Amino acid sequence: MFAAPTNTPRTTPITPNTPWLGRSVERPEDAALLTGSQRFMDDLGAPPGTLHAAFVRSPHPHARIVKIDTAQALQCPGVHAVITGAAIAAFSRPFVVGVKAPMEHRSVAVDHVRYQGEPVAIVLGDTPYTAEDGMALVDVTYEPLTAIVDPQDAMDDGAVLLHHEVGSNVVADRHFRYGDPESAFASAAHTISIDICYPRNSVTPIECYGLVAEFHSGSESYEVTSNFQGPFALHPVMALALKIPANRLRLKSPPASGGSFGTKQGVFPYIVACCVASRIAGRPVKWIEDRLEHLMAATSATNRVTMLRAAVEADGRITALDWDQIDDCGAYLRAPEPATIYRMHGNMTGAYDIRHLAIRNRNVLTNKTPSGLVRGFGGPQVYFALERLIQKMALQLGREPLEIIRKNLIAADDFPYRTASGGLYDSGNYQAALQLAEDDDRIERLQQRQREVRAVGGLYGIGMAAIVEPSISNMGYITTVLTAEERAAAGPKGGAVATASVSIDALGSISAHISSVPQGQGHETVIAQVVADGLGLTPDTITVNTELDTGRDAWSVASGNYSSRFAGAVAGAAKMATDRLRSRLADIAAAHFDCDNTDITFADGTIGATGSAIKSMPFRRLGATSHWAQSTLPQGMEPVIRETVFWSPDVLAPPNATDEINSSAAHGFVFDVCGVEIDRDTGRVRVDQYVTVHDAGTLLHPAMADGQVRGGFSNALGATLYEHFSYGADGSFQSGTFADYTVPTAAEVPDIEILHVQTPSPITPLGAKGIGEGNCMSTPVCIANAVADALGREDIELPLTPSRMFELLDNQEPPKPVASGNGLERPTLRRADYTVTGHGETHVPVAPETIWPQFFDVQAIQSIVPGCQSIEEVDPYHFKGQVNLGVGIVKGLFDADVRMEDVVEPKSLCLIGTANGPLGSSNGEAVVVLIPDETGTRIRYSYGINLSGKAAAIGGRMIGGATKILINEFFRRLAARVAPEHTEPSTLLIKVPDSIQKLWRSICALVQGGRS
Amino acid sequence: MKPPPFDYIRPNTLAEGLELIGKYGADARILAGGQSLIAMLNMRVAAPKLLIDINGLTDEAYIRDDGDAIAIGCATRQAVLERWPTLAQRLPLIAKALPYVGHAQTRSRGTVCGSIAHADPSSELPLCLALLDGQVVLRNRRRSRTVPARDFFSGVLQTTRLDDEMITEIRLPVPPGNTGAAFNEMAIRHGDFAIIAVGALVDTTHVRVAIGGGDDFPVVKRLPLSGEAALQEALNDLAWSLDCQDDLHATATYRRHLIRVLGQRTIEEAIACRS
Repeated sequence: MFAAPTNTPRTTPITPNTPWLGRSVERPEDAALLTGSQRFMDDLGAPPGTLHAAFVRSPHPHARIVKIDTAQALQCPGVHAVITGAAIAAFSRPFVVGVKAPMEHRSVAVDHVRYQGEPVAIVLGDTPYTAEDGMALVDVTYEPLTAIVDPQDAMDDGAVLLHHEVGSNVVADRHFRYGDPESAFASAAHTISIDICYPRNSVTPIECYGLVAEFHSGSESYEVTSNFQGPFALHPVMALALKIPANRLRLKSPPASGGSFGTKQGVFPYIVACCVASRIAGRPVKWIEDRLEHLMAATSATNRVTMLRAAVEADGRITALDWDQIDDCGAYLRAPEPATIYRMHGNMTGAYDIRHLAIRNRNVLTNKTPSGLVRGFGGPQVYFALERLIQKMALQLGREPLEIIRKNLIAADDFPYRTASGGLYDSGNYQAALQLAEDDDRIERLQQRQREVRAVGGLYGIGMAAIVEPSISNMGYITTVLTAEERAAAGPKGGAVATASVSIDALGSISAHISSVPQGQGHETVIAQVVADGLGLTPDTITVNTELDTGRDAWSVASGNYSSRFAGAVAGAAKMATDRLRSRLADIAAAHFDCDNTDITFADGTIGATGSAIKSMPFRRLGATSHWAQSTLPQGMEPVIRETVFWSPDVLAPPNATDEINSSAAHGFVFDVCGVEIDRDTGRVRVDQYVTVHDAGTLLHPAMADGQVRGGFSNALGATLYEHFSYGADGSFQSGTFADYTVPTAAEVPDIEILHVQTPSPITPLGAKGIGEGNCMSTPVCIANAVADALGREDIELPLTPSRMFELLDNQEPPKPVASGNGLERPTLRRADYTVTGHGETHVPVAPETIWPQFFDVQAIQSIVPGCQSIEEVDPYHFKGQVNLGVGIVKGLFDADVRMEDVVEPKSLCLIGTANGPLGSSNGEAVVVLIPDETGTRIRYSYGINLSGKAAAIGGRMIGGATKILINEFFRRLAARVAPEHTEPSTLLIKVPDSIQKLWRSICALVQGGRS
Repeated sequence: MKPPPFDYIRPNTLAEGLELIGKYGADARILAGGQSLIAMLNMRVAAPKLLIDINGLTDEAYIRDDGDAIAIGCATRQAVLERWPTLAQRLPLIAKALPYVGHAQTRSRGTVCGSIAHADPSSELPLCLALLDGQVVLRNRRRSRTVPARDFFSGVLQTTRLDDEMITEIRLPVPPGNTGAAFNEMAIRHGDFAIIAVGALVDTTHVRVAIGGGDDFPVVKRLPLSGEAALQEALNDLAWSLDCQDDLHATATYRRHLIRVLGQRTIEEAIACRS
């Protein structure tokens, strides 16, 4: 089955017989996109009477819900209902999960929240605005719990448990063994290992989640329009959660989506929540997610800790790999997890011929957003470890990385190749791809450039990566997480059904339907090419319908737009449907022309007969026959109006008894090589040259294939240098806007060189494989290898932001000048793990004994605390109140609760408090020391706070400065109260807007007024 | 991402606008370009009761060359200033800094005075105002006062503007002819808030250097031009004197490092421009 590679024909002359496929035809999608007239989820309108949903979300990463008070929200004008998790639970059950652990995950939390942003209630309002007004008035009392952020901490004995019923934060732990890895390691010349922490990130679409859900009380059924993208294996997950037969859940996806990159898989819990909300409210419910919600709580790729070992012969040949992977799936194992870690199971040996393999996979829960599909799904984590190890191996063995790669690649005549863990690589010629990268002295020129830069003291590194890009996922791969016995009990799962229909209308024009909603990829263009080629028509005459309606259209569990399945599976199914239609039309034509059906041709909009009787008629005329003139059909022939094909590759068997699994139907190849230059001064990494060679089988539309490569590269560049879901040590989420979740823009993405090798897949109908995810898998590690090469360091952790690079550059900071700083001995805080800390000092010309009572006097506190609205004394050392806190334009009302501890009259005390409000929740402490001197008292203080919720998610850059303003204002007011006539502006580290100064300036201004 | 309810008034004259801010004070906020304000409203971290939209005050959209200073009205967009034909000649520092202010799209809407009023500690325009020793003209319905930049910024997003005042103009002094100007910044992406921004103005004997992003507002320091070693030492002193903070994009150590290296780079560029 060896297929000879061919380079992309970029300049092949177009003749009338040139197929449409393989040409970069104009995209019918673009006119609407470029003129802003395409309609997306929020543009589609909703049935009359629709209410708008706003989700009340936990500001805490981990907490028990003590009480939800909805009374005030229900009083809010325009608010119709407030629906809590308990109310949702009455009409739903927890989601099914892919592992045998009693983990309970509901669309809206009940009693216990496990990540910042987890929904706890739904407010339904007349408009999105009133719903949000009501949201701020839902009063939820939480009892915060310790949050687990690091997956390795989560595995510790005695770690706080997210799910008590599970009894551990590890929800799945499986060992796999293929071949004889123990012997291979025992006899290896070298064992080379690497430890990797892969960070959390996503790929963010322009359009966030959106849906309209409606309960039909008459039929007890739900109808939903949403930008859900599949896999439709989640349809039964939703139906089961809603406690209805699957045929009572009608899911509709409109034909255009504003991007997904996998993420819109994660809309499904919201579909369930809004279905139930609609049932309770008796009205349709619409919800459009906003950006903060999306970044904080929609979904994420998994972060992963990997320990990878390789057994290596003296000549650099790898004989065995031993993987230990700890995948952090966030707070719940949400379907289709644990798919991230198992998607790659069949290709854990990458592009290399390695026969012995050990794998341990652990899925761990932490207090972070549940993980899910993100472009590259599972690939970046695996290849980052594997290809970093290859680079390290080369270094350790004193060889070139290219040599190690070449020595271990699967040979071109070994295809189809069965991997150690059961993957079936359908086709490839990896050597040809490497050769293409080396042609034209590409690599030599990089090395030349490296020598030049290094000669002048610069930092320049070269990186490479060779990866196998799987596409068309096996619906059964996730069950690899179960033991063979558990799988046997549950029944085998496998396959990947793709669906396409091609139909002829009454005027003989052709429409096609596919069960895959595009998110910008260009499905319409390619399907029109496929159908046009099959029927001798032009693509512009074909209408392609990409909306999906589970109540009407042909679909199956694998339907949807994910795992790079369009080109291989969906377009292939469209070809098969076209072929079937063509064949049946040929039968009609043969009868009409009185010839053999093998003599029938389809070209230039006509159906003709070759051979003895050269005849033809317009396609549309013959095509419409079945509608108008059944009597003219050959005897016994059913009308030819619509052909639907369900295609599933037979190579996608369920995992076998020894855990071998062919996790994907097609396997492309990517070889990348790049050169990066690092600015020593700023730490900025600049990608100087980037060459990416792809083998995605037959290319259906070369320009769009290149577009996919560029898009994947941009996403990967984000993951490598810019993007990171950042969590504080306390579990607070910190990347809630695009100012902090820094997706690269066009200005940051360099041009790249794209090359293609084409070894057609023998598995897919058109020979095509996926191409859009490869760079998400190859680019992060390719650039990381280049940075490792430039710095001569191994500890390369993403994202390689300038600040992190600065640390890797090991700069020695010049000492702090002796004179600067105030030499204050700061009061010590009780805890060291605050996100924001600060300290200061102020002087008050009165004795400590005069100041001291102020801390315990309700009236005094009310006048000292900035923005204090009300206060009550719970006991002499405990106060509660409301404060309106803010800096600049930012303001918010908080419920504050402050206790005093370590009270040593009149010397020192510690204030421990919490504040909760719509802007977030915080806890913190301030230690205050009063030191008498000749002229009064020096008040020294240290403070520390942790903040979670909205303010933490969007305001990270400002929190330190804002806290400082408020704390210093407190002490300034204290001083002003006890010694009004002597108040000095706060000193040293303190810059407080001084109201007296303000007043003075106003007076001056009044005087100057006339002159201005 | 839906703002809370607010009233909206679009005055046709400055006097009308001043009446409104005088009447509503802290409850009102001026809507100019809206590049920060609208985002904050949508996220509901700000909830003014009234927005006074000054986009109708076309008379206030001016750039006036007063000889020793350039006056910029409160409705003047950043893009208009960027395209002002004599900008590079009259205010080379501003010409160098403006491309770093957001993106072309945001500059086409954002106003010069709005950026000053917002007082983001990392913003370029407040830094330039401070470095040029510019002035802010604040008016209420009864009088006008002129505040030097050093007395205007008082903390993160904090200024000494009184609640009943609005910025009606800023004045940027035109540096003497032999002055060299340079601007640099390090941001995660182009158009982001600076991790550290540095501006420098050099004459024959001294350099004025301004740092943004290192403290709660731009800090300006005047240093003698006395050799590289002394300059490095002075920049190190300056770096340590600021209250640099760790945040999720950069550590305080990295910020101090940038002050030293970008400071040096910027001063050298300013010196090169001068000659």
